[in-house]
Amino acid sequence: MADHSHGHDASAFHATTKDYVIGFALSVILTAIPFWLVMSGAIADKQTTGMIIIAFAAVQIVVHMIYFLHMSGKIEGGWNLMAMLFTILLVGIVLSGTVWVMYHLNANMMPVKMDGMG
Amino acid sequence: MSTANLTGQYYDLHEHEHPDGYSTTLGFWIYLMSDCLIFGMLFATYAVLGGNYAGGPGPKDLFDLNLVAINTSMLLFSSITYGFAMIAMQKGSKQGLIGWLILTLAFGLTFLGIELYEFHHLIEEGAGPQRSAFLSAFFTLVGTHGLHVTFGSIWLVTLLFQVGKHGLTAANQRRLSCLSLFWHFLDVVWIGVFTFVYLMGALR
Amino acid sequence: MIPQPAPVSPILGKLSLDALPLHEPIVVATFAVVALGGIGLFAALTYFRLWGYLWKEWFTSVDHKKIGIMYMILGLVMFLRGFADAIMIRSQQALGFGGSDGYLNSHHFDQVFTAHGVIMIFFVAMPFVTGLMNYVVPLQIGARDVSFPFLNNFSFWMTVGGAVLVMASLFIGEFARTGWLAYPPLSGLAYSPDVGVDYYIWSLQVAGVGTTLSGVNLIATIVKLRAPGMSLMKMPVFTWTALVTNILIVAVFPVLTVVLALLGLDRVFHTNFFTNDFGGSPMLYVNLIWIWGHPEVYILVLPIFGVFSEVVSTFCSKRLFGYSSMVYATCVIGILSYIVWLHHFFTMGSGASVNSFFGISTMVISIPTGAKLFNWLFTMYKGRIRYTLPMMWTVAFMLTFVIGGMTGVMMAVPAADFVLHNSVFLIAHFHNVIIGGVVWGVFAAINYWWPKAFGFKLNEFWGKVSFWMWVPGFWVAFTPLYMLGLMGVTRRMRVFDASFDPLRIYYWIALLGAFMIAAGIGAMLIQIGVSIWKREELKDESGDPWNGRTLEWATSSPPPEYNFAFTPKIHEIDAWADMKAKGVARPTEGFRDIYMPQGTWAGITLAGLATLCGFALIWQVWWLAIASFVGVVATAIAHTFNYNRTFYIKADHVAEVEAARTAQLAALEKGAA
Repeated sequence: MADHSHGHDASAFHATTKDYVIGFALSVILTAIPFWLVMSGAIADKQTTGMIIIAFAAVQIVVHMIYFLHMSGKIEGGWNLMAMLFTILLVGIVLSGTVWVMYHLNANMMPVKMDGMG
Repeated sequence: MSTANLTGQYYDLHEHEHPDGYSTTLGFWIYLMSDCLIFGMLFATYAVLGGNYAGGPGPKDLFDLNLVAINTSMLLFSSITYGFAMIAMQKGSKQGLIGWLILTLAFGLTFLGIELYEFHHLIEEGAGPQRSAFLSAFFTLVGTHGLHVTFGSIWLVTLLFQVGKHGLTAANQRRLSCLSLFWHFLDVVWIGVFTFVYLMGALR
Repeated sequence: MIPQPAPVSPILGKLSLDALPLHEPIVVATFAVVALGGIGLFAALTYFRLWGYLWKEWFTSVDHKKIGIMYMILGLVMFLRGFADAIMIRSQQALGFGGSDGYLNSHHFDQVFTAHGVIMIFFVAMPFVTGLMNYVVPLQIGARDVSFPFLNNFSFWMTVGGAVLVMASLFIGEFARTGWLAYPPLSGLAYSPDVGVDYYIWSLQVAGVGTTLSGVNLIATIVKLRAPGMSLMKMPVFTWTALVTNILIVAVFPVLTVVLALLGLDRVFHTNFFTNDFGGSPMLYVNLIWIWGHPEVYILVLPIFGVFSEVVSTFCSKRLFGYSSMVYATCVIGILSYIVWLHHFFTMGSGASVNSFFGISTMVISIPTGAKLFNWLFTMYKGRIRYTLPMMWTVAFMLTFVIGGMTGVMMAVPAADFVLHNSVFLIAHFHNVIIGGVVWGVFAAINYWWPKAFGFKLNEFWGKVSFWMWVPGFWVAFTPLYMLGLMGVTRRMRVFDASFDPLRIYYWIALLGAFMIAAGIGAMLIQIGVSIWKREELKDESGDPWNGRTLEWATSSPPPEYNFAFTPKIHEIDAWADMKAKGVARPTEGFRDIYMPQGTWAGITLAGLATLCGFALIWQVWWLAIASFVGVVATAIAHTFNYNRTFYIKADHVAEVEAARTAQLAALEKGAA
């Protein structure tokens, strides 16, 4: 189908070495810092550390999406991006909803602190 | 207006069929999204059960962050090597592609080896998946990711054979692109795993 | 406590002769009938030398139309099984009064109500809905087939594989005795040590893979293969609802897969997700499975809303009132269905804030649904309504479904739900929406699209008999349950002690209703039989018997395998009505080669191996499970080495088929003149 291949290529991506190298460098940094933060205990407050590493994870996911998965509004007429945003929304609903429902249940059903089980 | 004109307006008389694999990228991406929900559910399960140690060991007692850091780097390296494989493919270099793919496979297998070692070690210590809800959720979440890497590796080997046999045909390029999405997608999941399971676990 | 596993043989796993339910006369008799029927069918197929034809033209076919028809046949067969279960439940409950034990022991009765629910949802409603979408969607969007034809064939056979496992449980071992959602801890190893729950898990896992992949396939088809000019807002409403439905499928079936996998891990590897000990949480299962369960209801009913939209606009000869509001309502329902799951377990013990959030979101869903009803009503308003069978089912649906919807809103009030939860009021409610919505919608669809699929209409008389047995029969069967439920009678009761005696009459009335429905089903089978017998009289050669509005009516009935010799270009909603109004002539020359997918053995083989793997996992025959799983992977890999999956239908052949069609239409016109 060589004569029609332009139709296919229009929606495919053309990655460059530069993209991959930038993506890789960023993801190494974004991985190394959280590991260092936790392993060295640089910040005494665990909650702050937790928030920071979650922020790093979120940024790193975006970096991977852009540089490795080549996400953009242009591929497949934006359907890929839309599917992903919808999935993120659903995962968000499922995760937060489940946690909310289950912790609420535990709070109502078990007067004992949850750690008591641990 | 004659009906013949209308016929031309209402029927595509000179149509070109859709090229092979016209829907593949989108279809595969949608499949990945459903896979994403599988992991979403496993994360939700871990989020609910992750604190239920049932008197057994917790993450602090079990996780060796040095090992996790090495493992994470394996996956990151395999990502960039797969990226270079794709670049070699775009340049039409079959040898380059095969070389980078083999390197990717090596990193992938090392990752799996380390993970198996970790699992084995935990089970030896009496911290197997039966020990507590926390460990059930941990083994299932991390193990499902590992299973995906395993199938990715099988797929990669298959593609090595197919590229070797048929060269860089359009069909093979399409398959390599799909595996690329799959492989990088597993990376993204791993970011969630090392952050929420290992690092946050060590903070507990 | 980790339960001690039962002894498992390395060769046969848990399988032994004890697995055959020889001590249950009812099951043995059923088996005898099924076996005789099966042998008869097998002999007939062999005698008439049909195996080669079936294998070549149907089982390995990737034609979306044939796969659609096979889905409908699967749905119909399983519907008869599921309904047999329903009659057994109704008669047991009518008999189990006044100290009588009825005729079903509890071991058997519990399997019957579980199988009834599982079969009706997964192996009746799902195949019907998937079959309709498979058949109609590519035709409506002017496509030659779906995006991934091989995958489509594979999905179908996976669904069959799941159904085969459920049916096998009738004769080898037993089915779950847990209710259709198999809540732990009852479904855990400690309380259900036998293989019933394993049958449940693996039949749904096998079928679930098929459903998810078919969802991916249809989304890609609708997004990528629409005819030129068909923008999203020019798609037929049925295709719109199919799109949203398949998005929901892809978004929620993975959830079911995970939940069942975790339950399976608990049962086989003694993990502690849903156990009572070691930090497990049975309520987590309930929470997770309803994240799948509620959207599932909309997966079933949304495409049916699409069917009713097509039927109403066709038989009122008008454009659908409020097309865009219909589309938006469908999308809104799709999203909202994701944030209401907790209303299935208000009584679990989450507090007031959680319950009120989910109660309010549930009530909000009734707004877009109500908007749809008004759209149908306004389409009918001042239309020239033709009361054909599809239209009759539609009107019956509108009247019935509204009541089902309102009882749903009643239960959305958490305080009311504390009274009604697990009562037969709930049973009446969801049968009200699923029978009054999904089942009747499927009947409307069958009557509506049958002429397209086979080239002749269905017999009206027997169709009307069926209708007039079904609709009153439904109300006779379920009104008593509403009343009993308000009195507080709970579901899944097998026998009733003396204090229930005054209520016996309600159960007898409900049983009468079930028999009326049975008569309706019988009339429907007669309708199909009579129609096939008298197909010459009922023949429709025009391809457009109802004066239809969407593209599927633009081609012949049944359509050629390539659907359209030339892909239509779309300018308006209701493209075919537009073409008829403008008097567009069919192209009769200049045909080109048509590029088509080729049939393949791989789908049925893969699904067969996967089913075998499921069976081995149920009985813990590990060597067979591993061998068949390796077989699945090896077959899949072998299949990827086949690069030639397409062929050309030559232009000469297309020209021949189309010339015959031109002659057929000319003869019709001459006959009319």
